[in-house]
Amino acid sequence: MSAAAVTPAPATQRAPLHTISLFVNNKPGVLVRVALVFSRRGFNIESLVVSAGAEGRFSRMTIVCSGAAGDLGQIIQQLAKLVDVVHAIDHTGDDSYETEIALVKLFAPLDQRTQILQIAEHFKAKVVDYGADSLILQIFGPSEKLDAFIDLLRPFKLSELVRSGKLLMARGVRVT
Amino acid sequence: MAQKISSGGEKIVQCLEREGVQYIFGLSGGAAMPMFDALVDSKIKLILVRHEQGATHMADGYARSTGRPGVVLVTSGPGATNTVTGLLTAQMDSAPIIVITGQTNAVNLGKDAFQEADVTGITYPVVKHSYLIKNPADIPRIVREAFHIATTGRPGPVLIDVPKDVGQGPCTAPFTDALDLPGYTVPSRGDGEAIARAAKFLRESRRPVLYVGHGAVISDAGKAITALAEKLRAPVVNTLLGKGAVDETHPLHLGMLGMHGTAYANKAVADCDLIMSIGARWDDRITGRVSDFCTRAVKIHVDIDAAEFGKVIQPDVAIHGDARLVIEDLVPQVEIADTKEWLAQIARWRKQYPLKYPKQGGLRAQHVLDRLNELTRGEAILTTDVGQHQMWAAQFCLARSNRHWISSGGAGTMGFGFPAAIGAQFANPKKKVWAIVGDGGFQMTCSELATAQIHKLPVKCLIINNNYLGMIRQWQEMFYDNRLSGADLEGNPDFVKLAQAYGVKGLRVRRPADVDRVLAEAHAYDQGPCVVVAEVVKEDNVFPMIPAGASLSEMLIEKPKHRLEKPAGST
Repeated sequence: MSAAAVTPAPATQRAPLHTISLFVNNKPGVLVRVALVFSRRGFNIESLVVSAGAEGRFSRMTIVCSGAAGDLGQIIQQLAKLVDVVHAIDHTGDDSYETEIALVKLFAPLDQRTQILQIAEHFKAKVVDYGADSLILQIFGPSEKLDAFIDLLRPFKLSELVRSGKLLMARGVRVT
Repeated sequence: MAQKISSGGEKIVQCLEREGVQYIFGLSGGAAMPMFDALVDSKIKLILVRHEQGATHMADGYARSTGRPGVVLVTSGPGATNTVTGLLTAQMDSAPIIVITGQTNAVNLGKDAFQEADVTGITYPVVKHSYLIKNPADIPRIVREAFHIATTGRPGPVLIDVPKDVGQGPCTAPFTDALDLPGYTVPSRGDGEAIARAAKFLRESRRPVLYVGHGAVISDAGKAITALAEKLRAPVVNTLLGKGAVDETHPLHLGMLGMHGTAYANKAVADCDLIMSIGARWDDRITGRVSDFCTRAVKIHVDIDAAEFGKVIQPDVAIHGDARLVIEDLVPQVEIADTKEWLAQIARWRKQYPLKYPKQGGLRAQHVLDRLNELTRGEAILTTDVGQHQMWAAQFCLARSNRHWISSGGAGTMGFGFPAAIGAQFANPKKKVWAIVGDGGFQMTCSELATAQIHKLPVKCLIINNNYLGMIRQWQEMFYDNRLSGADLEGNPDFVKLAQAYGVKGLRVRRPADVDRVLAEAHAYDQGPCVVVAEVVKEDNVFPMIPAGASLSEMLIEKPKHRLEKPAGST
């Protein structure tokens, strides 16, 4: 195997990320039907957030996926076609309000903590668990901010990472 | 007086009665017993099939020949999984069927109970929608919604999975017409602005082609399209499933386009300056290599399914709506166009490249089908299976009216033709119905001879027997150095004797001179089913042919002298 094959592709060469919001019936099987649209066209779901909507009979899904931009319109149409999908909207690149939450666990010896806490303070992350051998940091914000924060922590003993996935809401009178 | 409380199974059957269901094509089993029990007292006629796949194709044939949904009732587990091929077939070809499957008791779901299968899970990719009924109170709404979804918009199969305890237990819910489908809308008229833009392109076109698909059949758009074609003086081509929307004997009609379409249809498409799809989806059998397809032509796409726009071809104008309504709105906006030169060119192609076949060297499938066309003259309902016979039938048996041509297009399901003809015959007792099948496909569902015989159904089945999987053999001959692999059907039964074993009349034809007599005898026979076995030459090929993944300009009119590259297209 060549060295090039094992080096991860730089971010610019990765398939572009898209953000889609779905307003769906809160019924069994909806998630599978939605997931099948992505897998059939070879799109990878990067993150998925599902929760009840303002009315309990509907649910909200925010999906971040990667795949060829040209196929995205097809994905949206295929999603909208599902009987249980009330609407499907592509929010890629629009100015919707976006946020995400991440929990990061580090096995941090005492001599590294100052540095870690400095990074945390800079990013306005909060220490939610302070143990003798470990720390849990909690951070909110746009996904890109979380990416930068996590990248800075990687040199330390980052042992666990849990992210909520992107949450999104369209601004003003526009519909999510 | 206290009213008897219905069981869930009885309620389902009552709901089906309310939907106007005449026939249920089914095969019983433990989990489906509450529904089968309810059928004893119902005016709905149960047609007991011999294999669940047959039931799905019968329902499909019933549906496609009438526009009304066909209904299937089977049991859980293997009974339900045997419907998957039929669901795929109906999904690919937009046929409205309702498949009701028994299921293990709801409390046992997911516990590997006897004959349990996760049927909704298995069938997600091959249904328009599906339901698993957990609460008997939902039965009336779910059945109503299933019929609404199956038959409106772009039609398709809907599956209802019914746990045994739901079928067995009481159901007091009243009938309802209310739908709870906030995510489902049915398109009707097209956008006026898009129609006006299409009209402008059509007025400017000098070499237009109207490309007609199954959507035109489903929406009964034939009359409107004929009016449009006559006003524009534009030639019409149709897909395999679009046959019959516009009369194929109309002087402006060029027959079927695509992989095995007529040479003049494909030449017209390759050379047109405008192509308008009416309820067709630019399938790979039609376009060949997409990057070479109609590169200089304006593309207009009329479809009821918005997800078809840009899926294969990016149209210049997309009109989202019902084909008939859109074309009716369009006709007044176009003017009589000057296409004289274009039609003259097409007439020259028609003369230069007619459909033809050798008249000597034994019995030819094309000859048999040509004569069947002469005998039936577009008045019979024809169904086909999949393979060489299907393509020859599409070339030589001209459809003259809607819903008289039924074939498995998208899925290419062998075994479809004969049971589909049974379903069509049940739906159209006064019509002549012919299934045209090959020896390979027929053997996949031939046990339904029993179903046809018990009901003394006067359905006819023409078996084009070359003792090969002929299309496979053709490809291997043309693209794989004639290295035949899995193409020879040595060991075929004597199909006449097979028919007779079921008590079915069987006729055989070996000589071209006997074709008319034998076909006429079968056509006139109405005491029950009749099988006609045409023992045709073993090695014959379907032409014209556009190799899979090639461009339309690479069409082969006859057998090439040289060896061909393996096709780039997947199938």
